[in-house]
Amino acid sequence: MTKERIALAMVVVLALLPLLFAAMGESYYLTVATRMMIFGIAALSLDLILGFGGLISLGHAVYLGIGGYAVGILDFYGISNGFVQLGVATLASAGAALFIGAVSLRTSGVFFLMITLAFSQMVYFLAISINSFGGDDGLTLNAHSDLGLNFGNTQVFYYFVLACLAFFLWLSFRIVRSRFGMLLRGMKFNESRMIAIGFPTFRYKLTAFVISGAICGFAGALLANQTLFVSPSIMQWSRSGDLLVMVIAGGMGTIVGPVIGAIMFLLLEKVLASFTTYWGALLGMVLIALVLMGKTGLLGGMAKGGRPHG
Amino acid sequence: MSATLLLEQCLNGMQLGIMLFLMSAGLTLVFGIMNLVNLAHGSFYMAGAYLGAFVYASSQSFLLGVVAGLGGALLIGLIAEFLIFRRIYKGDHLDHVLVTFGLTLIFNDLARLIWGPAALFARVPPFLSGQVNIFGLISYPAYRLAIIVVGLAVAALLYVLLRHTRLGMLIRASASNRTMASALGVNVVVLYALVFALGAGLAGLAGLMAGPIFTVIPGMGDNVLILAFVVIVVGGLGSVEGAFCAALVIGLIDTLGRSFMKPLFGLFLERAAADNSAPAIASMLIYILMAIILFFRPQGLFPPKSR
Repeated sequence: MTKERIALAMVVVLALLPLLFAAMGESYYLTVATRMMIFGIAALSLDLILGFGGLISLGHAVYLGIGGYAVGILDFYGISNGFVQLGVATLASAGAALFIGAVSLRTSGVFFLMITLAFSQMVYFLAISINSFGGDDGLTLNAHSDLGLNFGNTQVFYYFVLACLAFFLWLSFRIVRSRFGMLLRGMKFNESRMIAIGFPTFRYKLTAFVISGAICGFAGALLANQTLFVSPSIMQWSRSGDLLVMVIAGGMGTIVGPVIGAIMFLLLEKVLASFTTYWGALLGMVLIALVLMGKTGLLGGMAKGGRPHG
Repeated sequence: MSATLLLEQCLNGMQLGIMLFLMSAGLTLVFGIMNLVNLAHGSFYMAGAYLGAFVYASSQSFLLGVVAGLGGALLIGLIAEFLIFRRIYKGDHLDHVLVTFGLTLIFNDLARLIWGPAALFARVPPFLSGQVNIFGLISYPAYRLAIIVVGLAVAALLYVLLRHTRLGMLIRASASNRTMASALGVNVVVLYALVFALGAGLAGLAGLMAGPIFTVIPGMGDNVLILAFVVIVVGGLGSVEGAFCAALVIGLIDTLGRSFMKPLFGLFLERAAADNSAPAIASMLIYILMAIILFFRPQGLFPPKSR
């Protein structure tokens, strides 16, 4: 089965899921599943730069925050038009990614990792210190983004998020199969060779970084819509760590893997949290075991070439 | 803005800088030598703070608290190195991030399990609880001054250790070419464990001293860890001297920014605007500084020469 087929099967299953939940009489599950899909979009966006560009960003949650706050702040000023809100969220994240990328892509490896982390902390502390928008306590939204759809209805919102997920899956497959995607992969394996061939690699990496940030910002806007609330904690550094875990657990460089990874991660979180308040420690052990046993994620074996080592 | 306030804030900034240096020295050494990205370094800081505060409170002996905090962090570092870290040195940075992120989660929950989610009270020892008069200008808390003195002494010791002892020579040799050092008969496995434990001990010392100033809570190491990352990136990865300079600069700028940004902005902004924007800018200041420095010098201010 190709990755596209897996993605298609997943979307079909997700489309049928509400019927099952309705039959079970468990409408709460729908909310949980919506959240999973939103994080699926975020994880997918990280996979574009991590799995295909080989860029380890430890600050990806910052775009969730920027997207979420864009919706929250527009709502605060009484602008509830959904096209404006989602548009601004996406553009603001893209802009932030352009700036962060322009600085951090000048470096590589561990420098890159730490700089992306530092930038996300910067925005995190900015959100904490601006009291007009709630500061540490967060910002409660007055209404959902108005797209002419009733987002207050969990079913409607579920299908909207599913449609977005399907679109971004399609878009990502298009991107990685394109010439641009090939160049990205080439740079991941041997950047100096790509430069020698004559490609301005910085420009391509920055483009990928911006696309990734924009998609993640969109996911942040969806997240704000789901909870009608944004707070600095959605861009805490551990959230960025969670996103990395989702991508790697699902399989880097597979597009659909990270979405499944996100679903598994949140499912595991829910299940473990129902047993014990110390689920973080359990998750930590799973993580360590995952790496020490050399696993490459659920769909890892499907990524051609695997991970570069050394 | 009075001169005494400025002096006091400078001392506060130095004290923060010293703490950051103790944290980042281990981080940068471990990266320089083992090429390891350690997100769990903040856990050693937390371990030092918890063990120090707990043992001091239950034994009523400050000395015992210091020994427990410092020794505990060192020992935990040694055990973690033996059980986990030495298996991942050869892995890529992504492996490091995942494993050490997992370890951080485990250590944070462990602290919560043992001491509960609430903050643990850390006491200042009686003989350091007073104020010290500095040059007849200001009276400054003795404890904070002691942190500066201890930190500077440790920095000097570390310099001597790295530059003027046989062990330091071996450490520097392994940092510049570990394969060659190993081929010449240096026991790299033992050396790595030593360096790792040294770094953990320094972080533990920082946590131990930070206990009475900041709150001792689960996850307390995370924010300091990120500041330490900023320090070692600005200072140049792998360079202890660079980390020292960067730590002091960042400690000073952060502290001075937080205390003087508001009056400074008040000079050319309306009061309300200044009150709103100053804290926001002050909290971002060091990250902005880092971005500027890295834009012009992507390898940091003082990159190690020998690599």
